[in-house]
Amino acid sequence: MATSDSTLSSRNDGGSVGIIKPQTAIFNDLLKLKCGRTLDNYELIYETYGELNATASNAVLVCHALSGHHHAAGLHYASDQKPGWWDTMIGPGKPIDTRKFFVVCPNNLGGCHGSTGPSTVNLETSTPFGPNFPIITVADWVETQHRLGLYLGIHQWAAVIGGSLGGMQALQWAIDYPGEIRHSIVIASAPKLSAQNIAFNEIARQAILSDPDYHGGHYYLTHSYPRRGLTLARMLGHVTYLSDYTMREKFGRELKSGTLNFDYGAEFQIESYLRYQGETFSSFFDANTYLLMTKALDYFDPASEHNNNLCTALQKTLSQFLIISFSTDWRFSPERSEEIVNALLKNKKPVTYAAIDAPQGHDSFLLNIKRYHDLMRTYFNRINI
Amino acid sequence: MNTIASPMSDNNFPSDLNLRPDLQVINSWVSEKSSVLDLGCGNGDLLYYLTYSKKITGYGLESDARYIQACVEKGVQVIEQDIDEGLNNFLNQSFDVVIMTQALQEIHEPHRILREMLRVGREVIVTFPNFGYWRNRLHLFLKGRMPISKTLPHHWYDTPNIHLCTFKDFEDLCLSSGYRILARTVVDSEYSDNAMLRVFPNVLGEIAIYRITGDHAPVESL
Repeated sequence: MATSDSTLSSRNDGGSVGIIKPQTAIFNDLLKLKCGRTLDNYELIYETYGELNATASNAVLVCHALSGHHHAAGLHYASDQKPGWWDTMIGPGKPIDTRKFFVVCPNNLGGCHGSTGPSTVNLETSTPFGPNFPIITVADWVETQHRLGLYLGIHQWAAVIGGSLGGMQALQWAIDYPGEIRHSIVIASAPKLSAQNIAFNEIARQAILSDPDYHGGHYYLTHSYPRRGLTLARMLGHVTYLSDYTMREKFGRELKSGTLNFDYGAEFQIESYLRYQGETFSSFFDANTYLLMTKALDYFDPASEHNNNLCTALQKTLSQFLIISFSTDWRFSPERSEEIVNALLKNKKPVTYAAIDAPQGHDSFLLNIKRYHDLMRTYFNRINI
Repeated sequence: MNTIASPMSDNNFPSDLNLRPDLQVINSWVSEKSSVLDLGCGNGDLLYYLTYSKKITGYGLESDARYIQACVEKGVQVIEQDIDEGLNNFLNQSFDVVIMTQALQEIHEPHRILREMLRVGREVIVTFPNFGYWRNRLHLFLKGRMPISKTLPHHWYDTPNIHLCTFKDFEDLCLSSGYRILARTVVDSEYSDNAMLRVFPNVLGEIAIYRITGDHAPVESL
């Protein structure tokens, strides 16, 4: 969800998948969306790591979170300083070992990294979709990922895995395609958002929507960009990805210049850090996609189609589940993961649950935390292909 | 469909598994294809064995990260959960057997966890060290200090065993709570069983293994 901070993560054992070239799949089959609208054609950009075996039994689908994308591992060019967002997890000798597994990571529909989304030109109007791009749900993503799997010759995933919003996709997969997923791995996630979660998302949206440069979402044509709104949204989001402990350890009350200036500049290190994170993010992320992703989060609630009963929603799943939470994650706390675990237990579904003690908050799922990675490595080692 | 988390998908039955004799006793009390919940399942040995020998399904509850890792290595379904906080997340009578081996004495409220186990399971199997074992009696009598032994290796100040009891104490609890003892066995620290143990279990038995239900039936006294 947040960009992994290099000072928090350490080098993992194992190597890199190397230089990766993203690929694009073009779909011309009608896609019916949960909102009632349809898309006639759409594109998904994706990356793959490792080799699909002859029986296509070794495929792992990696689902990204709010601000994620298809570039999960490796580099885009030799001098690339920034590896994929889950490079510590995916690679030869890493927990998701690409010598065994064929890993697929798409940029979700509605994204802004190459898949069809609000910034894509609508062929009917010859202008970007902007705010007219349909709101996409987690179930819609699962549907498009399912089609991508078939396009790649994958009829059953060995595992579908994700953290945060990505974990919600892994859970939805188990519900929507029970026979086509053997393991659902849901990390730092929740079965639905709480009022507090939605509240944070709403503030983020209002930051964007109230930016005069937003222009009702049609900013592409104005050569302006709601940079301030998106920066604010990201600053707010970033606070929810870190723990109180991490912030205290990293920044405390440290001042940039060493003295108080009695003005409204960025005086404390934490202010400067958040501004930097927000500004960097807003320079490459599309504001309409940010709005869409937060809505997908808010709407996610698989139990809502089963009398608000999560047990019933999970009744027909056939996969095994690995659920992981982190002790200091207050965005999706361990209790939220335990809601999923308990619904699975009541259904007597195969499930393993680990509550990892980690100080880094929600961002933990992106980091190389020893117990977490040991567990993932062992779990993936045992997956039969 | 391929699976991992169930060791059933492996074809190598652990015939050479060196199972503790008390766990072998438990194995003999568990029916084929039972659903089993193992509280404080440790490294998952018992569930792993039962999965092969009795084709059981079930989960272990454990709060120690190293044990959880060991369970995942075996493919035993394990849930990270502190059993001192109860079993609220499990439905009434939803398991055939709820097991707790060598953990009762470490629980904050043993009487409550027993009641919870009997709520969740149709049967309960519990094992614990007998504080009335003759060596413990002798240790306290002669040395005037809390017993330290192979079964109870800790000092009084660092022991996790905060609720030690004797067999008689345990049976009193069962009697007063209306639990029915279906079977009991005692073993010594070598986990062996012999005739003398059966005659003087509260003196000669070091480890007790009980199988109880919540039925309100009379309990014969030791």
